[in-house]
Order: sequence, then structure tokens, then C-alpha cells
Amino acid sequence: MIGIIDYGVGNLFSLSSSFTAIGEEVFISADKDMLNKADKLILPGVGAFGDAVRKLKDSGLDVFVKEKAASGTPLLGICLGMQLLFEKSFEYGEHDGLGLLKGAVMPMSKFTQSLKLPHMGWNKLHITNQKSILMKNTSEGEHVYFVHSFCAVGCEDSLAAISEYGFNVTAAVEKENVYGCQFHPEKSGEAGLKILKAFCKEGRL
Amino acid sequence: MITKRIIPCLDVKNGRVVKGVNFEGLSDVSSPVALAKYYSDNMADELVFYDITASAEGRKLFTDILTEVASTIFIPLTVGGGINTTDDFDRVLKCGADKVSVNSGAIKDPGLVSAAARKYGDQCVVLSVDIKRVDGIFRVFAKGGRENTGMEAISWIKKCVSNGAGEVVVNSIDTDGVKKGFDLEMLEAVCNAVSVPVIASGGAGKKEDFVKLFKALPGVDAGLAASIFHFGEVKIQDLKHTLRKNDIEVRL
Repeated sequence: MIGIIDYGVGNLFSLSSSFTAIGEEVFISADKDMLNKADKLILPGVGAFGDAVRKLKDSGLDVFVKEKAASGTPLLGICLGMQLLFEKSFEYGEHDGLGLLKGAVMPMSKFTQSLKLPHMGWNKLHITNQKSILMKNTSEGEHVYFVHSFCAVGCEDSLAAISEYGFNVTAAVEKENVYGCQFHPEKSGEAGLKILKAFCKEGRL
Repeated sequence: MITKRIIPCLDVKNGRVVKGVNFEGLSDVSSPVALAKYYSDNMADELVFYDITASAEGRKLFTDILTEVASTIFIPLTVGGGINTTDDFDRVLKCGADKVSVNSGAIKDPGLVSAAARKYGDQCVVLSVDIKRVDGIFRVFAKGGRENTGMEAISWIKKCVSNGAGEVVVNSIDTDGVKKGFDLEMLEAVCNAVSVPVIASGGAGKKEDFVKLFKALPGVDAGLAASIFHFGEVKIQDLKHTLRKNDIEVRL
């Protein structure tokens, strides 16, 4: 069963529906006891990093997520949820992340001056880790849907896929049981559903 | 690199898709859910649902349909029509919309764009503008293109973008329904004025109109149309193959 962590940022209807569409049982909850029943967890997120971290901390879910990740529960961060997995973010100030993955989140404006931001729309995935579990069903060059102005850097040890937008943008990461997508798999048509399926099947025979 | 987007627009009234020619004389086309599924399966990059219902029952019917679409179709959904307050944003975002398009609502309440951008983020707020030339000047029209607001369009768009609109849909009343191609002159003026994504709407009649659009104006990010898609005059996959042959990056 998939548990979507609801810490008060953004709408989770489409995300939840996408798991139902691939035949997974899914629930949305802010309650640790409920979320403990999930065998896989999703950390969603839209909006500002600082605000999201504060909300996670206020609800004690930051500690919960760290404990679950440490105990081996597969965890998938999506968009801002992926960014939260890293050590730090430099989005309007400096904020500590969950520190589950090595790396930091930086404004994309540092790397591209000429291109429109946010990086919004369909872009190609280039798989950098051929052993990636998340990308198991994905072909080189498939398009997925992005909406973001900040990106993860210094995460070479967990990098699974990149996209090209004036520079190499971190698109997907994974290390042991911790996974992340900068793009929105729940808004990326069939290509996105395949990635969610790969995550859901992870660790299953 | 990011692809050019092809976006079918579904005008919904009383639970059915309709499309007007020059905004008048509406005719019934098809079921919104079936049409949305068809488009998603055929490589539409995004869908726009426009609620043109006035009654409360119609509004409820619209959000029911939106919920059904959002639980079966997994591409970005933009919703417009009757968006006058941040409560209206809430109403459609809860049903699975990703972006909300404001038009007359932003004209009536100039604070709406900034309030919505603060609450939901710039990427969520799409400014839609109906523009018509009056004595050679681009003017903003309200009420589905029937009423001249007297506002000059480019300065209006710049103001809304600085208030947080994350994307602009430029709908040329002069070319809408005429099927002779997009309004390149108007679109160029908008592209030169703002740095957020610009979506061209009004005037597409054939595949070549899209080729011409993206070739002439690299600053345009997406092409939006309704009836040519609904009536099958242009097939989206076919259109995308043509674009790709012309070295325009698309998702296929």
C-alpha cells in the first residue's frame, strides 16, 4: 500500500489518482500511525522550500520520514518533495533539508541566463544510471513534465537521469531505498505512469 | 530542451464541449471526458477546459467533469472560465486542475493575479487575454470578446506578469475562427514584452499554421486550438510529425 504524506502543501488528488490508475492501493494522510501502515511512502510538494520544511517540522513528519527512510521503507520524493531529500536549499535564503541524499538545491538562474524560468513543459530524460530501478521501464529520450525554478546539484552519487535545459538538470535520483523525481510523473502521461510503476514494484518479486 | 506544446481547448457548457466561431453561434461537439481521453492518448501536451456555464448547477456539473478527467488523464490540466476570486482557484484546483486561467476576473479585480500567485505560485496562474485591434491599437476585450475595456493590451499583459502571472494565452479576436493562421504580429508584440511562456490562440486552420508560428516566433511556447482538433481537421500526432520534420522539437 502506498502512503502519500500530506503535510499541507499542494493538491494531492492527481497524484493519488495516478497510483489508482496503475492498480495500486493508495491513501493520503498526515497521521504517522496511518502512514506507518504503508509499505512505500511518497513525499510530494509544491511551493517554497523554506515553507515546506517548516510544515514538515511543525507536524513532526520530518523525523518520521527520516526514521522510515533509515529503516529501509522505499521513499519517493516528487518535485519539491525530491528537493527536500537533500542536505540544503538556497531558495530565498538557506534552509536545511532532510539530508537523506548528498547535494543541495540551487536557483536555476545561476546556470542559465538566456532561458525562460520556471523550466516548465515537456523535456527529454537522459538516463545516467543504467541500473536505475526508477528508470527500469523508461527508454532514453522519453519526455516528462517539469515545473520548477530550482534544481539539485552535487548529487552525482544518487543521479539516475538528467534533462538538458541550457545545462544538465537533475531529473531523477535514487540511492538505496530513497528515490526522487524533479518532474511530475503524475502529469507525464504514460511515461510518468511507467516510472511510478517501477517504484511500486521495487523490492517485489 | 523543452518541446513546443500543442494544446486542445475544450469549451464546456452544461457538461458538453462546444466551440464558437468568433465566440458566437455555439455548436455541440462531444463529451468532455471522452474527448480529453482521446487527446491524451493522441499526444496532446496539455488540456485547457473552459467553463462557459453561468448557472450554479452548470458550475457543479463542470467540477464533476473536471474531477472525472483528472482521475483518468495524467497530463497537465488548465481550467478557466468564471474565475473571479481565489476561492474559485481553490474550487478547481481541488478537482485536479494544475493551472488556472484568469481573464475577465483579472480585469474586474486587478488584485486577483497577485493574490493567486502568492497563494498558489506563479506557475499556477495563467493570464488569458482576448485582444482585438481598434484603430490599429491592441485593445483588451472582456466578456468573451464582446466588450472593449479600452485598455492597451501589451501594457496590461506586462502588468499582470509583473504581478505574478506565470504564462500568457494570447487570443486574437481578429484571427479567431477565421482559420487563416495565428496572429503573428500580435504574438510578436507580446513575446517582445514578457519573458514568461506565451501560448498562441486563435486562427489555426491547418498544420502549416503551427509550423509558421513556431518558425517565425521562437519565443512562442505553445499553440492552442479547439474546433480544428475537435472536428478532426488537424490530427495532433500528424501535426507533431510535421513539426518534427520542420526541426521543431515536439513530444511524440
